[in-house]
Amino acid sequence: MEDLINEFIAETREMLQALGGEIVAWEAAPADRSRLDEIFRFVHTVKGNCGFFDLPRIEALSHAAEDVLAEVRSGGRGADQRLVSSVLAVIDRIAELVDALETGNAAASEDDEVLIEALRDAAPELKDDRNGPAQASAARSGTRSIRLSVDLLDRMMSGVSDMVLARNELARRLREAPGDLAVEAAFDRVSDCIAEMRDAITRTRMQRIDNLFKTLPRMVRDLAAELGRQVTLEVDGGDVELDREMLEMIRDPLTHIVRNAIDHGIEQSADRLRAGKPAAGRLRICARQSGNQILIEIADDGRGIDGDALARKASAAGIVSREQAEQLSTAQKVALIFEAGLSTAAEVTAISGRGVGMDVVRANIERIGGIVEVESRLGSGVRLTLRVPLTLTIIPALTVSAGGLVYAIPRSAIEEIVRAGTAAVRVESIGGSQVATVRARRVPLLSLAALLGVEEQGEPADRRMVVLRSAGQEIYALSVDCVHDHEELVIKPASPLVMAAGLYAGTSLGEDGRPILLLDPSAIASFAAVGGTGKKDDAHLAGAKPELAEEAAGLLFLSLDGLKRLIRLAVVQRIEEVPPDAIRWSAGRLRVSLGGKILPLAGCGDVVPESRIRIMRLSDGASELAYAFSEVVDLVPFKADMEAAAAPGEVCGVTMAAGEQVEVIDPYWLFGAHGASAETSGSKPVCAIPAGDAWMNTILRPIIEAAGYTVVDSNGLADFDVLIAAADGPIEHSPGRAVIRLRSTAETANGDESIYRYDRAALLSALGAPATLRGKG
Amino acid sequence: MTELLLIATIAGERVGIAGAQVESVVEIEAVTPVPRSAPHVAGLAAIRSRVLTVIDCCAALELGASRDAGGVRDAVIVISEGHPYALLVDSVEDIVEWPQDAVVPGTKLAPGWHRVAKGMVEAGDDLLLLIDAEKMLAGATAAL
Repeated sequence: MEDLINEFIAETREMLQALGGEIVAWEAAPADRSRLDEIFRFVHTVKGNCGFFDLPRIEALSHAAEDVLAEVRSGGRGADQRLVSSVLAVIDRIAELVDALETGNAAASEDDEVLIEALRDAAPELKDDRNGPAQASAARSGTRSIRLSVDLLDRMMSGVSDMVLARNELARRLREAPGDLAVEAAFDRVSDCIAEMRDAITRTRMQRIDNLFKTLPRMVRDLAAELGRQVTLEVDGGDVELDREMLEMIRDPLTHIVRNAIDHGIEQSADRLRAGKPAAGRLRICARQSGNQILIEIADDGRGIDGDALARKASAAGIVSREQAEQLSTAQKVALIFEAGLSTAAEVTAISGRGVGMDVVRANIERIGGIVEVESRLGSGVRLTLRVPLTLTIIPALTVSAGGLVYAIPRSAIEEIVRAGTAAVRVESIGGSQVATVRARRVPLLSLAALLGVEEQGEPADRRMVVLRSAGQEIYALSVDCVHDHEELVIKPASPLVMAAGLYAGTSLGEDGRPILLLDPSAIASFAAVGGTGKKDDAHLAGAKPELAEEAAGLLFLSLDGLKRLIRLAVVQRIEEVPPDAIRWSAGRLRVSLGGKILPLAGCGDVVPESRIRIMRLSDGASELAYAFSEVVDLVPFKADMEAAAAPGEVCGVTMAAGEQVEVIDPYWLFGAHGASAETSGSKPVCAIPAGDAWMNTILRPIIEAAGYTVVDSNGLADFDVLIAAADGPIEHSPGRAVIRLRSTAETANGDESIYRYDRAALLSALGAPATLRGKG
Repeated sequence: MTELLLIATIAGERVGIAGAQVESVVEIEAVTPVPRSAPHVAGLAAIRSRVLTVIDCCAALELGASRDAGGVRDAVIVISEGHPYALLVDSVEDIVEWPQDAVVPGTKLAPGWHRVAKGMVEAGDDLLLLIDAEKMLAGATAAL
């Protein structure tokens, strides 16, 4: 009996779920006969089933609803709004009673008679029972179950996986020892059966996301009615399939997001009209598969999230400091919605706005390895994107090889496969890293062999590039020695010792019975730091790291060797033309003399140009240097997002400007490497040395000057900051000035503070820390 | 109460492994390397549709990578946290009954051996080092 009751509960609940969408559709078009039939069938079935059990309340309710619907079907009365509402109320009550039956608690509502009465023609309009659905869903979420335990499904799945592996091994043995045709025929049959079984069992774990979406129209209708909003719901992508367990895990977050969108996002009709929007708000929910992830987007066209208000609340709640709050970018402010204890709702409502919400949503999605992203445009809506993985134990994969070994790549991560060295693919080496341009798309290029630390093997003609998209949406190309085949692989978790390498997602067995490692495209992306921007998490709430303005002006120019390069306009002081004789190779580097100053010259290698050239004077605020170039191309927006160079250097990365790749100059590196002895426009410290000392004037003086000092004669009248004198010589010093005394022997005498005159490090440090720093070059 | 003791040779030394730790003894033919893994991970091998993580005991004992003899090698399969591992050994000698009275080693052992040793056992006339197979999996990192 117990089993039968459970069966009844599960069946009724399934029908209720399937019915959710039908009812709303019926309400929109009461004349639609097929919807009506669907609902009639439901109450009829429930009534029939109740006959077996002692469930008088459900029976009475379903009986009454059946009667009314039968009347409508026979044309005895029309289906109006009031009738639909009262039928809905009855169906909700049935759901509530079914839940109560399962949990063993008494149902909260008792007034079945009122509902039944409302079904009758003469009854006054029924006040829609608001609490019904809310309570019912609360009870449901606690006791939700499916009729087959997931454990059992998992066991079946892993059993089938083992069966496939065993079959593969048997196939291999049969190939090695060819025998009886009859044996092979029998094996083929077994093999087919296993394949079919595997398909079926895989499908038991997969469910159309429609099962989740079906409940949405009803929920949206109820919420909209309660809050007095008009909402049009669009649902798309219901045929996307998702692991059953995954589906259960996203049910609550999705529900919460939809509630939020209607409660906080979509405005009252009057407000919407004032804002120039259609009176009915639009809520669009769509699912699609993207690589090895399912993307679920929930977009509304409501008022959006007020990032500034959130930031104020966050600083008031002590989640971020006020300084941090001010420095957050708009996107970061909006992302504060995921912090615990924050809500944009001005007032708390029963639906949402209690500040327990989006943080829980995020936690739930992250628990299953997913990500939630939020985009908001104030006044025009919010879009939330849930990305959840599609975990499966059998996946379609591409087998490739590198260094003579076979690896598998999940096919879901693969965008395309291209042959290396054809016209469609251009490979350039920029700043020490490789960039491939595949069909006008520029992606970082990694070598699988190099990544794994093995030698590339095979014919160059076999080399392929596999364009991959990681879970974080970074796109990169992986060059492999050759591509073998598409295979369906049974993936087993790899041991911790293997996972520790940080590149693999699991292991599998190939057709030949050898183990195959499954590469993890996301792990490879982070291993190789593709994109170079670090994890999203770091950006989120990283108040301590204010983001630079994303777009500033950049100067696009042609370098002397004809390459287009980009530099931040802010560091360029002015552009000048200089004759070749102003440029000299002197003191170990190229320098240019400009209006009485000598600046280090970069941008032309070690070659003294033969004709007049243009230089730009760059300044870091303290020192200046000159950078030679051939001509200015354009002023363009300077984008901070670029592909970073592999090693620091003159070029820090590559970005798109005016539709093509350009190298970006790294001023930081330039000043570090060239700016050392640059003269500052301000006053330099003065060091005095005795003019008569030949050693100091010829040997020591250049070092002092390189350290940034102007050298004067200590016997003269000029003022100075530091005096250098021989340890045994006379001192004519002014009080309050630093004195460095140099001795000619390496040994120190007791209490002697003098410096051995060839101890360069000690001398430079005595000349002062800032000078020492600049003296590095 | 007696238990079974597996006697094997690792890096030229005869050692004992408690029978309870050993799932089976197999012959391993081909090992697929796992690039970028720890030095004592020799690679993966497939035995009866299972993928085993193969441990090079010499490397785990910091005695240098074992000579790659190619061909078939004896391995002792142990299960740790649900994952099967194959410990490569020079040879598997015998399985004996063992009266569980191990004595703590009085001699100073090399650091690699010290890490995996549980004590000494008498097997017949000989004295053997008793090793903990699970400790072998951790490799040299466990010393930290």
